[in-house]
Amino acid sequence: MAFVELKAPPPPGNPVSEAVADLTAIAKGLGLTLRYFFTKPVTLQYPEERPSLPARHRGRHELERHENGLEKCVGCELCALACPAKAIFVQGAENPPEAPISIGERYAETYVVNMIRCIFCGFCVEACPTEALQLKRVFELADYSRESMIFTKEMLLAPRPKREREDSWLPG
Amino acid sequence: MLAAIDWNVVFIVLLAFVKAFVIVNALLVAFAYMTWTERKVMGRMQVRIGPNRVGPFGLLQPIADGIKLALKEDITPSQANVWIHTIAPLLSLVPALIIFAVIPIGPSIPLGDNRSWTWYIANINVGFLYATAIASLGVYGIVLAGWASNNKYSLLGGLRASAQMISYELPQGLAALSVIVMAGTINLYEIVEQQNRNFLPYVLLPTGLVAFVIYLISGIAEANRAPFDLPEAEGELGAGFHTEYSGFKWSMFFMAEYVNMVNIAALAVVLFLGGWWPAVDQLGPVLAGILGPIIFILKLALFVFFYIWLRSTLPRLRFDRLMALGWKVLLPLALANLVLTALWVAFWPIGWWPFA
Repeated sequence: MAFVELKAPPPPGNPVSEAVADLTAIAKGLGLTLRYFFTKPVTLQYPEERPSLPARHRGRHELERHENGLEKCVGCELCALACPAKAIFVQGAENPPEAPISIGERYAETYVVNMIRCIFCGFCVEACPTEALQLKRVFELADYSRESMIFTKEMLLAPRPKREREDSWLPG
Repeated sequence: MLAAIDWNVVFIVLLAFVKAFVIVNALLVAFAYMTWTERKVMGRMQVRIGPNRVGPFGLLQPIADGIKLALKEDITPSQANVWIHTIAPLLSLVPALIIFAVIPIGPSIPLGDNRSWTWYIANINVGFLYATAIASLGVYGIVLAGWASNNKYSLLGGLRASAQMISYELPQGLAALSVIVMAGTINLYEIVEQQNRNFLPYVLLPTGLVAFVIYLISGIAEANRAPFDLPEAEGELGAGFHTEYSGFKWSMFFMAEYVNMVNIAALAVVLFLGGWWPAVDQLGPVLAGILGPIIFILKLALFVFFYIWLRSTLPRLRFDRLMALGWKVLLPLALANLVLTALWVAFWPIGWWPFA
């Protein structure tokens, strides 16, 4: 902890020069507010205007697919291990050879993210060896119940299920 | 047999009633739109937009606020003194509203037949005295509200208000007195006419300028406006004297504050800025009579903007600094200025005194 260094108050100076200094300070302040009065407000009219988020914004999770439709996730559970908030639960299973779900030997049978617990740190994404997990630029995650905040694999998988909110301002 | 009715008197009384009705309503509408202006201007100074949801540019916001306040539950604390708690907002609002009766907002228009259209309700010889006397009554409402709420913070707010208003009435009165010494009258209409006759508002004279600055500062303190809004002091007193007020009674305090701002600005315009100057008689009485009120209201608007500007710029003063500023700076300055003005008026060679 850093302590604030206490400075001794300045010795009382010449009252006239102090008054002049005070008045200049007030004039300066008035000038500043007047300047801002004529600048454009920074307000974003949110529901009507959308923010342009940075490309690497960490929002809602998404489980990616390969181009052939197979899941990138191989059920290794490294994301669940990396998660500091213990928000992710993964149950891996053997990938059935006759109808493969992922490209690996295993796949994620269950993949659940608890969005109440998630702190959007992105460690899961860094931990993922197959780049299956991504954090997207979707930020409107509010809902009415705790149950609905537990996102199942169906909800997380790309292409997105119908529960997905409109995010047409996002590219692609 | 009925006594003969003097229809002239009846007409004058009726006209006064109509004017009073119009002025009170105009003041309340002005109050409503001052809140809108304040929120818009402060918003822009804080690089925000301000209210813009109700109506175009948020112009219906004051109406929405009014409906909300009128319909809100009116709570009286269980241990409060109910009568005083109820009367206090009225005590603060009514004086604020009746001050405007003596303020002339435009030059009279002669209509012939020894009659004239006047832009005031009453032109009394002691106009200035009336205005200051009534303005001082407003503090009763605040003190009693603080006391009757049975709440320590409210009481502190009320006490602060009384201390502050008593302290700042002195420099304000002395500053105005300089003008009265220069004008030689306390009839507000005469004071304005005096300035217009010589085409020289008092603020352009050195003594007038000092008096104007002192008047302006103490006026802000009188109206309990930032940076002198210590009676309210949200951060320290949880809204001060009106903590325990809600609904319509609360909005009456709010109205009183804003109407007081208008009153103080109006008095400043009358005393220092020459009222409807430069709409002087040389323009012809009718044109001057129509332009006059417009100019007066524009000057008022400038003051209101200045109040809002100050509020969004300056932080609230500490209480001891407030008292020090009032008693150690403004009061001696105002006193010295008054003495100087008096000496100037009394002893300067005739040609040097423009209002001889």
